[in-house]
Amino acid sequence: MLSMTGVCAVVAVCVLFFILGYLVYHGGTSISWNFFTRLPAPVGEPGGGMANAIVGSAKLLFLATLIGVPVGFFGAIYLAEFSGTATAFIVRYAADLLNGVPSIVIGIFAYSLAVLPFKHFSTFAGGFALGLMMIPITLRSTEEFLRSVPISLREGAMALGAGKWKTIATVIVPSAYRGILTTILLAFARVAGETAPLLFTALGNRFWSPGWSQPTASLPVAIYNYAISPYEDWHRQAWAAGLVLLALILIINIVARGILARSVSVSRS
Amino acid sequence: MATTTTIVPSGGPVAGSRSFLSRLRDGDEIARLITFLFAASVVLITALLVYELWQGSALPRHQFGLNFFRTSVWDPVFDQFGALPFIYGTLVTSAVALLIAVPLGIGAAIFLAELAPLRLSDTLEFFIDLLAAVPSVIYGLLGIFIVVPLMRNGIQPQLKQYLGFLPLFKGPAYGLGFLTAGVVLAIMIIPYIISVSREILLSVPRDQREAALALGSTRWESTWKVVVPFARTGIIGSVFLALARALGETMAVTMVIGNTPVISPSLLSPGDSIASVIASQFKEATGELYTQSLIELGLVLFLLTFILNGLARLMIVITSQRGSGTGLA
Repeated sequence: MLSMTGVCAVVAVCVLFFILGYLVYHGGTSISWNFFTRLPAPVGEPGGGMANAIVGSAKLLFLATLIGVPVGFFGAIYLAEFSGTATAFIVRYAADLLNGVPSIVIGIFAYSLAVLPFKHFSTFAGGFALGLMMIPITLRSTEEFLRSVPISLREGAMALGAGKWKTIATVIVPSAYRGILTTILLAFARVAGETAPLLFTALGNRFWSPGWSQPTASLPVAIYNYAISPYEDWHRQAWAAGLVLLALILIINIVARGILARSVSVSRS
Repeated sequence: MATTTTIVPSGGPVAGSRSFLSRLRDGDEIARLITFLFAASVVLITALLVYELWQGSALPRHQFGLNFFRTSVWDPVFDQFGALPFIYGTLVTSAVALLIAVPLGIGAAIFLAELAPLRLSDTLEFFIDLLAAVPSVIYGLLGIFIVVPLMRNGIQPQLKQYLGFLPLFKGPAYGLGFLTAGVVLAIMIIPYIISVSREILLSVPRDQREAALALGSTRWESTWKVVVPFARTGIIGSVFLALARALGETMAVTMVIGNTPVISPSLLSPGDSIASVIASQFKEATGELYTQSLIELGLVLFLLTFILNGLARLMIVITSQRGSGTGLA
């Protein structure tokens, strides 16, 4: 019976290698320099790329980080350092609730807050939706890392006459920075692949999207639209985009875990 | 400001011993206020989300009432909206996914926690974490181009041939449909089940295993009759967590379910789920009632996942506390 459980584990891991292998195989043959530098070509015309979607994704993620990281980071400082138990419970509960909300519902929420009042889809609305998703992830694990800073460090700083804020800024946050960096990277990787919240906030765009107030293309939405299209050429583009997106996300994940693993080994030695 | 004055007495023992002015000069009070505003905004956003969903679905709630959940006609042209086909689709696809993912996931978790050497277990866990990070649109992409053809040409004809007498496997094999969506969902939730269950199993106290082995049980008996029952509540919690994921999963399901609002006993039939109908129709929805009906579906989805997540967290906390409690005793 025990060997059966081993089979289960092997099957699960094989799925990952299969996904990777298949994406590399299909995406690798479809990817080209044009993919990174050109706009999408009209239907039926070969060539063309997804430069606008790559830039669009970068802009969306920039906005998301701008919203998600400060709220999550400072909120976590409040939870770990300042708040009483009752307040902390409410904030944590709200964050957990927000974390469990399906991404498509986040999309509806962002639509009614950032699209309806302005009467048009925009880069801003998409970034807002992704930022909302980053908040609870950043908040909860940053708090964990802040709490894991040994109490002796705090006491040492206070004994030297540092105020609370000075202790936080010069002792606690610097000694937890690897953990916090990992958290932010993982949250970033998590929202980088999100599609559902962008469908009716950032919408999509076949052309460049100047500024922040127009609909923009993004890699995940482009993959979705191209994959469900009937054109062979678009399917190839979808594979290429999938490879680029997955590579980005997996690399960030591996780097983030590497940072954390090093901090663990440092604190153990 | 009222907030600052009420907060002052609740300061920590160290901060409270100094005067308010000196703390203000060091920036403590300002820092407290600023970080409080950020923390409060999280609560505000969550409250606003619930409010917007509730407010945004006022029209269909008044017009259809509970009939919204009882009728199966979804006809935007005649302003008839019934949620039943989507609720049905969500439940069926999630059930199929659990049926596949639970045995596989828990089996793998048992292997990783009980049998595999720590080094191998950690390495495999690393890959499984990566698997959990793969975005759902990628699963959808693979679903469309690998799973759907495989279903249409390989698995579904076989099922029809051998199990076709069951109503579950009747009708033409399109490839798209409940079964395919369930299979793709299963692949997506397996990593969650493995990760959480493994943690739970690892938290089972060592003496439980040793006692079973000392009584002469085999390795498998100690695992299956002692360790797993001990961790049962937490494992069920991990399954609930995965179920909440499956219910809310959007992109991969939208891409392979067929997007047809029908209720069919056959798993081979195309269907639609709550998340996928929102994803595929919200953008094009014209008219207040249509849009608001979709928002009400979003509200239903929100409530479902909210309840499941709450239950799951409770179960996991109960188990891990029990584990650490007896471990200390």
